[in-house]
Amino acid sequence: MRIGKALAAAALCATLAPAAPGDSPGTPALGTTPNAHTLATRDTLVFPDGRGLPPGSGTVAMGRDLFARQCVACHGEGGRGGPGGELAGGDPDLTRDQPDKTIGTYWPYATTLFDFIRRSMPLNAPWSLDNDHVYALVAYLLDVNGIEVPAATLDAAKLAAVKMPNRDGFRWVDVTPPDQAD
Amino acid sequence: MQRDDVTAVAGNGLLDRRLFLSGALKFSAIVGLASAGRAAADVPDEPWMREPGAAFSNYGAPSPHEKAVVRWISATAGAPTNGVSWSPLHELDGILTPSGLHFERHHNGVPQIEPAQHRLVINGDVERPLEFTIDALLRYPRVSRLCVIECGGNSNAGWLQKPIQNAAGYFHGLVSCSEWTGVPLRLVLAEAGIKPAATWLVAEGADAFGMTVSVPLAKAQDDCLLALFQNGERLRPEQGYPLRLLVPGWEGVVNVKWLRTLTSSDRPVMARNETARYTELQPDGSARMFTQVMDVKSLLTKPSAGMRLDGPGFYELGGLAWSGRGRVTRVEVSADGGASWADAALNDPVLPQCFTRFRVPWHWDGKPCVLQSRATDETGAVQPTRAALLEARGRHGYFHYHAIVSWQVDAEGVLTHTYVDAADAPAAATDPFDADW
Repeated sequence: MRIGKALAAAALCATLAPAAPGDSPGTPALGTTPNAHTLATRDTLVFPDGRGLPPGSGTVAMGRDLFARQCVACHGEGGRGGPGGELAGGDPDLTRDQPDKTIGTYWPYATTLFDFIRRSMPLNAPWSLDNDHVYALVAYLLDVNGIEVPAATLDAAKLAAVKMPNRDGFRWVDVTPPDQAD
Repeated sequence: MQRDDVTAVAGNGLLDRRLFLSGALKFSAIVGLASAGRAAADVPDEPWMREPGAAFSNYGAPSPHEKAVVRWISATAGAPTNGVSWSPLHELDGILTPSGLHFERHHNGVPQIEPAQHRLVINGDVERPLEFTIDALLRYPRVSRLCVIECGGNSNAGWLQKPIQNAAGYFHGLVSCSEWTGVPLRLVLAEAGIKPAATWLVAEGADAFGMTVSVPLAKAQDDCLLALFQNGERLRPEQGYPLRLLVPGWEGVVNVKWLRTLTSSDRPVMARNETARYTELQPDGSARMFTQVMDVKSLLTKPSAGMRLDGPGFYELGGLAWSGRGRVTRVEVSADGGASWADAALNDPVLPQCFTRFRVPWHWDGKPCVLQSRATDETGAVQPTRAALLEARGRHGYFHYHAIVSWQVDAEGVLTHTYVDAADAPAAATDPFDADW
């Protein structure tokens, strides 16, 4: 597309759609501003520093009860393994001949548990657990992996503060970590 | 057939790659058959020449005689929506994978998306969050390119202590090559206005897994596409209809299907599938992370494991090579287990991050031998031996297995998968292998 035509198209589109101001001449600028509901449904990422964690809380006991009802069929008693994989009970020595890559031995960030369980679990009904349930399951999974959950209750601040045993066990290969840039 | 006019260029009968092109092989016997004497009448024997054929069809399908050429499905016990289907590379030729045979890796099924309801949202560290309908994206400028997508877990049976005896595609077929057409991602990112602090883009799929991975912004703004078309038609549902992120040369999982959100960020989200999975545990207990580029790789598909050579004589050896780092520059083939190598011919086109088809003529003397291929890419990277890969990475990395593949030919001409190196201890009674799904 020649630039002149592209600009003409962009100008035309501006009259047809609530176009973005667009600092990119030559593209159609057909994106619209998402409404509050749409933004909320796309703002579900939970980052390692706790950014994105919602309000709410859950206890280890609640989590144990939920796990027994919703998770045990695939992950086994106490998360010790099943068709959905082993979550707990691993030997922390990752240099063994048959290493156990469980939450406690391998996962670098506890926040990942919240992000993943909320969006993906259980497989037969993702997005069916409310935030308190997710906090409770994360609390239980940390607990069965021997990771301390203060007062056996988890919320956004406490979860962001958890340091996983294998936090420093990873090295980036194809991307330079931010603390090594420049 | 006398082969006195043909000189071997490597051990066990490998011949010059230009042999077929030079016309040195004469197929006069075959040609003679076709012109053998006519029947008493001029009526052809073929019944389909004596009656009208089938009607037109709205959408063509393979011949019913090719119904065995299918993807091989391997899903988790108790969770049939989590697993893979393998592309039958051993049944195919050329460099494009038919869309219906492109491998699949789904973590919780194929969503049945209504395109009119699908939206792509760009949010996070941007000047202005934007929402796009598919119809809007279809009005953007598009580019096309041929490109491989390979699952990071492809060929992972290679880590096993005993060579797995599957057909080549059902061992190495979590890789496929298509022509992808879509909107350069940088165009819509520029419209949203990425803030200077942002260095990553987190992509989310609209499946029942909410597949989420982080892509460095530099890659996103370089050559990534918002893919809308595959092999000339709109994406298949199992390839991300109506919208897929194409990240050329990078492991399959970052090529997010059913793309719904791109979140600009100053850091990766550290999603489950970039931490607990798709990372590679090494012998020292550390793990490789963000191993995103797929290394140079090749394998012989013709012939390959499970096939049988029909007696001594001439064969064309052929296969596929590719590299996530660029073009394949050389493929060598060995018929003596790696003791000597012959250059294979590379069929045009040879494109970056694309399947390259290689071929080399071979005269089999009827004796047992081991066939291998070894690819080199434009960065100078050479496909490693299995022993070298195991030495460097141990055997618990699970992902990114790309070592030289060896096919044993026995005296009957039957091909099996084999290991030629001495890296393996006597095979364990049960090979430890976690599907890691």
